[in-house]
Amino acid sequence: MEHSDRTKVVLLACGSFNPITNMHLRMFELARDYLEDTGQYRVVRGIISPVGDGYKKKGLIEASHRIEMARLATESSDWIRVDPWEGQLAEWVETAKVIRHHYEELVAAEHCNDEVDTVRVGKKRRHEEREGAPYSNCLRADVPQLKLLCGADVLESFSVPNLWKSEDIAEIVGRFGLVCITRAGSDAWKFVHQSDVLWGHRKNIHVVKEWVTNEISATHVRRALRRGQSVRYLLPDPVVRYVQEHGLYSSESEEKNADVILAPLQKYVKGSS
Amino acid sequence: MAGRIPLVLLACGSFNPVTHQHMRLFELARDHMHQTGQFQVVGGIVSPVSDVYGKQGLAPARHRVAMARLALRSSDWITVDDWESQQADWTETVVTMRHHYSRILRQYQRNTGTGGAPPPDPRPPDGAAPQLKLLCGADFLDTFKAPGLWRPEHVAEVAGRFGLVCVSRGSLQPDRAVHECDTLSQHRANIFLVREWVRNEISATEVRRALRRGLSVKYLLPDAVIDYIREHGLYTWESEQKNKGGVLRPLELQGAPPETLAD
Repeated sequence: MEHSDRTKVVLLACGSFNPITNMHLRMFELARDYLEDTGQYRVVRGIISPVGDGYKKKGLIEASHRIEMARLATESSDWIRVDPWEGQLAEWVETAKVIRHHYEELVAAEHCNDEVDTVRVGKKRRHEEREGAPYSNCLRADVPQLKLLCGADVLESFSVPNLWKSEDIAEIVGRFGLVCITRAGSDAWKFVHQSDVLWGHRKNIHVVKEWVTNEISATHVRRALRRGQSVRYLLPDPVVRYVQEHGLYSSESEEKNADVILAPLQKYVKGSS
Repeated sequence: MAGRIPLVLLACGSFNPVTHQHMRLFELARDHMHQTGQFQVVGGIVSPVSDVYGKQGLAPARHRVAMARLALRSSDWITVDDWESQQADWTETVVTMRHHYSRILRQYQRNTGTGGAPPPDPRPPDGAAPQLKLLCGADFLDTFKAPGLWRPEHVAEVAGRFGLVCVSRGSLQPDRAVHECDTLSQHRANIFLVREWVRNEISATEVRRALRRGLSVKYLLPDAVIDYIREHGLYTWESEQKNKGGVLRPLELQGAPPETLAD
C-alpha cells in the first residue's frame, strides 16, 4: 500500500512507569514494527502518559519524578514523547478519559472543525450512549487513529472486578483500539475469546508477540535498587543516573500507599461514576 | 573493603553483536561477588573471539571489537581487549585466561613494588593478590560435558586455578551442570552461580534476526552500536550465511592429535 494511503496511528501507553524501563520502550518499537508490517498503518507518534499520584498504588513515587525519568528515557527517540497531563492531575482519572483527552488533542491539532466544539461532542456522545449507537470516529482522513498500547497484563486486568467500567472497556476497544504486546508463551487471544465485549471488537485488537522474552519489570528494578544492586542496561543510562542522584526507590518509598486502596477500586466499589 | 580479594571478570564470546544482556552479565556478577564479602571487583574484560572461530554469521572481528568499545565507552570498569581476536588461530579459553592473568599480575606487582620474577604463588604482605575469573552464561557450563572439547587438565585450570562466575538465565540449571561434571564438582567452591531473576533473553541471535528483517532493535543494545551497524551495513541475510555448513574451529582442532594443540 502506498505510504500516503496508510492510516496514521498514534500509540498511547498509560501506566505507572515506576520507573520507566527498556521494556516499556521496546513495546513501542515492537508495536510500530508490527503495525507498519501489516501495510495498513503508519505510526506517527508514541505517547507515554504516566499515571497521577492519585492512583495510590503501593510504592508509587511522585509523578514529577516519573515524568522526568520518562522524558530522559525518550530524549533519544524521534517519535516517542512523554505527556504530563494525566500525571499532573490531582485525582486519578479513568484510562478511557485519558484516551479521549489525547484524541481530542489530535483532532484539535488537525483542525477538525466538526469536533472542536466540545459541547456538541459531549452532547453527541451522551446521545449515542443512550441510543446504544456504535461509536463514530472523526472521519476526516488526517486525524490519526489513537490506540492504547499495553502489555497482556492490562488486557487481563479487564476481568478484575471493579477495576474497569464495562462501558470504558467497550469504548477503548471499540472506538479506539488496543495494541497488546505479549510474551511468546502467553495466550492473549484466549482471553479475548473468553470476553464477548473484546471478541466483538477483535478486529480492533492487535496482539503482538514478543519473541525475545524481556520481562524487565519495574517491580524487579525497584527491588534491585532497594538492595543496592545495579540496574544498568535495564533502563536507559540517563534514567539510572537520575535515580541515583535523587535517591529514589528505597524500602520507605516502597511502603508508600501500603494501607491505601487503589483509586479505581475505591471509586467503583463506592458506586460513584 | 579491607581484606577483600581484587577480582577481574573476563568474558569470552562472539559478541556478535554486543547487547545490553552481555553488559548485564557483568553488572550482575559484580554485585554478586561484592555481596559474598570476599571480593572487590576491580575490572571487567570483554574478549571477542577471533574470526577463525568460524561460527555462522560471525561479523569481522574489527567490527565486533569496535562495537563492544562503543557500547562500553561509558563504563568505568569494563574494557574491551582485542588480544584474542588478533591471534592467528582460535585460542582456547584457558590460554586467554593465562594471558590476561599474567598481565593483571604484572600490573599488580608494579603497583605494589613486588616486581621481578614472580614466585609460583605470590602472597605479598599487604592485601591479597588479584584473581581472574571467567564470566559466562549457564550454557557455557554444558560445554564441559561435550566429549573431547575440553582437556581435563584445562577444566581443572579454568575452574580450579581461576574460577567461574556463571550467570543463569531462563530455565537452564547451572548447578546441575556442575553436579554432572566431576572436575567442576571438585572445584565447586570456586564456581559462583548468579541467578538472574528477570527473564531477559536478549540474545545476539535474535538481534541479528531482527536486523535482517529491518525490525527495530532499539533499547536492546546501545544506540551507538545500532548506528555503527547501520553505517557499516552489518548483519544482513548475506552476512548470516558466512561460515554456513562449516565446522567450528575448536571442534576441528578436537580431531587433531593432542600435541598439535597450542598451549
